[in-house]
Amino acid sequence: MGLTITEKIVRNASGRSDPRHGEIVTCRVDLALLLDSGGPRRIWPRLKELDVGVWDPDRIVLCTDHFVPAVDTASAAILKLTRDFATEFGINKFFDMQGIGHLMLAEQGFLHPGMFVCGGDSHSTHGGAFGCYISGFGAIEMTGVTVTGEIWIPVPETVRINWEGEFQHGVVAKDIMLKLCRELGMNNGGVVMEYGGSTVRAMGMQERAVLCNMAAELGAETGIVEPDDVTLQALRDAGQQPAANVREWCSDADAVYKNRLDFSSAELEPQIAAPHSPSNSGPVGDYRGTKINQAYVGSCVGAKLSDLHMVAEVLRGRKVKPGTRLMVAPASARVMTAAAVDGTLAAITQAGAIILPTGCGACAALGAGILAEDEVCVSTTNRNFKGRMGANSASVYLASPYSVAAAAVAGELVDPREMLSAVP
Amino acid sequence: MSGKAWVFGEAVNTDVMAPGLYFKSSMEEMATHCMEALDPAFAKRVQPGDVVVAGESFGVGSAREQAALAFKHHQVAAILAPSFGRIFYRNALNFGVPVLRFPAYAEVQAGDELSVAPISGSVINHTQNKHYSVDPIPDYLMDMINAGGLMPWLKQRLAAGEIV
Repeated sequence: MGLTITEKIVRNASGRSDPRHGEIVTCRVDLALLLDSGGPRRIWPRLKELDVGVWDPDRIVLCTDHFVPAVDTASAAILKLTRDFATEFGINKFFDMQGIGHLMLAEQGFLHPGMFVCGGDSHSTHGGAFGCYISGFGAIEMTGVTVTGEIWIPVPETVRINWEGEFQHGVVAKDIMLKLCRELGMNNGGVVMEYGGSTVRAMGMQERAVLCNMAAELGAETGIVEPDDVTLQALRDAGQQPAANVREWCSDADAVYKNRLDFSSAELEPQIAAPHSPSNSGPVGDYRGTKINQAYVGSCVGAKLSDLHMVAEVLRGRKVKPGTRLMVAPASARVMTAAAVDGTLAAITQAGAIILPTGCGACAALGAGILAEDEVCVSTTNRNFKGRMGANSASVYLASPYSVAAAAVAGELVDPREMLSAVP
Repeated sequence: MSGKAWVFGEAVNTDVMAPGLYFKSSMEEMATHCMEALDPAFAKRVQPGDVVVAGESFGVGSAREQAALAFKHHQVAAILAPSFGRIFYRNALNFGVPVLRFPAYAEVQAGDELSVAPISGSVINHTQNKHYSVDPIPDYLMDMINAGGLMPWLKQRLAAGEIV
C-alpha cells in the first residue's frame, strides 16, 4: 500500500515503520522557528526555571516580526529581549526586522522537502509549499522543542485537493483558499491538506505558500505541496543544493487518502470573506458596493512580491478613491527592495497608497493600520475575527490582492476582473 | 466540586480569548479581556471551578498561548466542546487545563451546575440531573497530564536524565 508524502515524512521523523492514523508519535525536529511574539519572551524564563539551554542553536531560526518596529517601551523591551536571547544562546540564524518569519524560512532556503519543522506561530504552515511537514505550535510547546528537539503529533490522514485548469485573469490562490474555507469549514483537525493538480503545478512558490498558509484557517494540521522543478529551482535560487534523494519525497501513485476533492479553476470567481470569519465567504460580486474606509495589503499570506505585483497591476494609471486609505506593508525587507527596484513601489505610491514598515503589522492589531469603532476594511490578510484588527465593532473583509487594490480604487467592494479588463 | 456553566457558541476564536490589542500587557490584564467581544460579563464574573461549554471548533485561530492561559488564570475546572482548535487544544493540555470533547454541549444551559472528572472522563449536570461519559485524555499524554503539564514533566525528565 502506497504512502502520502506526509506519511513518509512522519515515519522518517518518528522512526516508526507503520503508525496508525490518530496514534500519537514523537517526532525529531529538523528545524524550529521562533518569533518575537511567543518566542524568547515566553521561552527564556522557562529555560531559566528548568536551568537548561537550547538543544541545538543551529536548528533554531529566530525572527522579529510581530512587534517591529517598536512603537512604545513595551514593544521595544520585547525586541531587546529577543536580540539578547540570540546573543546568549548563539542563534546565528537570527533575522532582526528583516521580514515575517515564514518568509525568512522560504527566502533563506531553510526548508527542504522531507524535513519535519515546528514553528511558533499558527501560519508556519506557509512553508509546506516546499514539500516539508511544518506546523504551528504555542510558546509552551516551542519551549519543549527548544529543550528536547522533539514534539508529539497525532499521525494525520491526508486530504488530496486537486485544482485543474487555468484561472480567469484576476483569480488567484487566495480565492481558492477563501472558497475552501466555506466549502470545508474550519474544523478539519487531524488531517493534512495536500494540494495538487495542474493549477497548483503552474503556480510559483509564493502562490503555493498561500494554499499552505491558510491550511491553518481550515483547522488542518498543515498543508503541503509535493516538490517539483519549481520547488528545486526556488532552493537553488536561495543558494541551496537539493538533496540527491529529493524526488523520493512525493505521494505514491497508490497512496491512500482520507478523501479526494477536485475543483475546476476556470469556474472560480474572485472570493471575499465577510465579517467575522474566513469561512463566511462567497463571490466578491455578492458584496458589491459595500463601502470601505481602509484597504490593507499586508501579512505573510498577502504581502509577498507576487501580491504587490497584483496590487500594482490594478493601480497603474489609477488613484485610490479620496476618503479611502490604502496601506501596504511588504512582508520582508527583500520584498521591499525587489518592489523598489522593479517599479512596483512607484506604481503603488503614485496611486496614493501609504507604505508601512515590513512586519506582521495590523493583521493582528500589533502594528500600524489598526481600525477604529465601526470602520470597514478589506484586507489581504488571512483572518477577520471580531476585534482582530482593532476595535470590536470594526468589520474586516478578506480578499485577494487584486480585489483589495480594486476596492481601494473604487472606495467600495468590486469585482477586480472588471478593472483588469478595462483600460485605466 | 461543581461550578457554573458558561455557554458559548461555535467557532469561538483565540482573538476573542486573548485580544491582540493587549498582547504586550501582563497575563492578569490580558485575562480581564478574555471573551469580552462575546460576553463582557465572563471575565468579570467567572469563578474558580466554573466550566466553559461551547460549540464546534473552540479555540480556532492562532498559536497564542495566552488564549489557554486566560482560562487557567480564571481557574476554570474544564472546557467542554465537541471539537477544538488544534493549537488551542494542545496549549491547554500543556498548561494542565482539562479540555474534553463533549458532543452533548447543546443540552447545557448557561448557569447549570456541572461537575467534571477529566481523568475518568465523566461529566455530571446537577441542574438537569444528567450524567455523561466523555473520551478521556489520550493515554500517551497521561504522563505529562499526571505531572501537571509540560513544565513539571520536563523537570521530571531532566531530573531523570531522560533529556540530554
